[in-house]
Amino acid sequence: MPDTANSDTNLPYALRAYSREDLVGALRKMFLIRKFEEGAEDSYTRGLIHGTMHLSIGQEASAVGSCMSLTDADKITSTHRGHGHCVAKNADLGRMFAEFFGKETGYCRGRGGSMHIADVEKGNLGANGIVGGGLPIAVGAALTAKRLGTGAVTICFFGDGANNEGAFHEALNMASVWKLPVVFVCENNKYGMSTSIERSTSVKNIADRAVAYSMPGVTVDGNDFSAVTEAVDAAVARARAGEGPSLVENLTYRWRGHSKSDRNRYRTKEEIAEWMERDPIRRMADLLVSHDILSEAEVGALEAETEQEIRDAIAFANQSPAPLIEDATRFVYTEEMA
Amino acid sequence: MREITLSQAVNEALAEEMRRDPTTFIMGEDVAEAGTPFKVLSGLVEEFGTDRVIDTPIAEPGFMGMAVGAAMTGARPIVDLMFGDFIFLIMDQLCNQAAKTHYMSGGKLNVPLVLRTNLGATRRSAAQHSQSLQALVAHIPGLKVAMPSSAYEAKGLMKTAIRDNNPVVIFEDKLMYQDKAPVPEEEYLIPFGVANVKREGSDITLIATSSMVQVAEKAAEMLAAEGISAEVIDPRTIVPLDEEALLKSVRKTSRAIVIDEGHQSYGVTAEIASRLNEKAFYHLDAPVLRMGAMDVPVPFSPALEDITVPTPEGVAENARKLCAGEMIHAA
Repeated sequence: MPDTANSDTNLPYALRAYSREDLVGALRKMFLIRKFEEGAEDSYTRGLIHGTMHLSIGQEASAVGSCMSLTDADKITSTHRGHGHCVAKNADLGRMFAEFFGKETGYCRGRGGSMHIADVEKGNLGANGIVGGGLPIAVGAALTAKRLGTGAVTICFFGDGANNEGAFHEALNMASVWKLPVVFVCENNKYGMSTSIERSTSVKNIADRAVAYSMPGVTVDGNDFSAVTEAVDAAVARARAGEGPSLVENLTYRWRGHSKSDRNRYRTKEEIAEWMERDPIRRMADLLVSHDILSEAEVGALEAETEQEIRDAIAFANQSPAPLIEDATRFVYTEEMA
Repeated sequence: MREITLSQAVNEALAEEMRRDPTTFIMGEDVAEAGTPFKVLSGLVEEFGTDRVIDTPIAEPGFMGMAVGAAMTGARPIVDLMFGDFIFLIMDQLCNQAAKTHYMSGGKLNVPLVLRTNLGATRRSAAQHSQSLQALVAHIPGLKVAMPSSAYEAKGLMKTAIRDNNPVVIFEDKLMYQDKAPVPEEEYLIPFGVANVKREGSDITLIATSSMVQVAEKAAEMLAAEGISAEVIDPRTIVPLDEEALLKSVRKTSRAIVIDEGHQSYGVTAEIASRLNEKAFYHLDAPVLRMGAMDVPVPFSPALEDITVPTPEGVAENARKLCAGEMIHAA
């Protein structure tokens, strides 16, 4: 558990649990995610990024809030909508952009792209292009932690779409049977591509499924940084204490479509506007301003600073070299490592 | 030299490597007290405990995925998949995750896991417990595929597989678990990608995998009695494949039959035959012949099942025709 910075129980959890520096750092990461996604979208429009991408604009509190009590030794597994998780786990923005641009300086030397960024040094075991693919992998990482006694906790991010995959059920069951140090964080943004949770899922809340696996399950406002942090920190502490897994459901919303092919025909303008009113970044900034942690002017300066960081990161990616053609089959097997 | 069964050889390999490396562990269905339905793992849970010989729920995709995650984070899991047929259940974790992680991460993540499973028909187990699916996984870059043909190979290849930093799939033939072969007491490893010439010959090359090596050797004996000298080669691993050894033999004999128990169409035999055609065409006196399992779900009835797989008689018959210059049409 994080150090208690303030013991006034009337304060929101995050303000009690974290220092000013931590909280400003969290807001900064949320800005970075937003600006990163906007920068990626802009680069795509300019033809600098190929393929597709899955933007997490609107979900920043879930990514950053969930990772607050993790160290670099702790692991995460991520999803196709994973850029925010990378930033939350302290990834370098230049290397992220370089990966998007398919450059040798990217996190995966351009072999992975937007859907597969892994940052081993920071404990990010990688995003995944298969819905639900990361769930058993996270449980396996937790098994290593338990077997080898590393003390590491794994956070497994997944979306609402993954909760109907068999892998979800197998992973939660085994994590519970063996009391493994893993926290399942569902980012429920209401739609698996175009299919709503109401049309796809038999339970009202995905966290309701936790009871079937004898683990705590909680549903929180995923756009409320403090609520996310409070729920996930408790689950991480439980995992670290050897008490087993938990399921936390962050209710959130993606402002953009599922991917670049999405024409948004399955949801109304009103619904999108309503969720944009609940902007997690604005809410976090308001929280910090109303408690005199930052002034509005400082929030504005922080935002401007992150914009500059993104410009620098894009410039780095742009100037980086492409992989060598003769290296196309390098890294299929480990023997070919340099 | 002492003789032990293939089952004992696998058991010894696992025990030796688990003693040597505390990050190794076994997980799968009924691997602990039961020691698998084939009893291959008997005694391991007594030595290593349930922390390292882990009975899983019946959740193949789940525990295969766990092995991937464990391997990515510093452990060396050995997954026991009770029947090779269950590979269809774990395809995502094996082929989309394990096989691609090293490449997709630009070489930063390793997945050092072993998937132990089996192949082979004629156990009267019908179509969902009799398949030989090695071609399916050999098709996916990033996986290595070993096919031991005796107790000696089973032990040496398993030890190499466990020490390999890549995901390795080992197919053991279910019918060979009780077959004995000479196995040294001293430690040895068999490197991947090195074929073994089981029998030298000059008229025709029989390239065979797993239990088909026995089939080829029996065929070679029958042919020898008729004055036809057959060379028998066991690639031992189909990924990596010792292409040079196969080409060298075929350039010498100028004829070849490739024998594997997987379905013949789009199979291991097709791949090897194609490589020989591409790289030894002008040395060939006859078309390279494929002999795989019949393209049919494996039937239950013994009367039907036995005719679906290559036999020594069938191999010898085809070899005779090739050596006699007769045109052969696929069965």
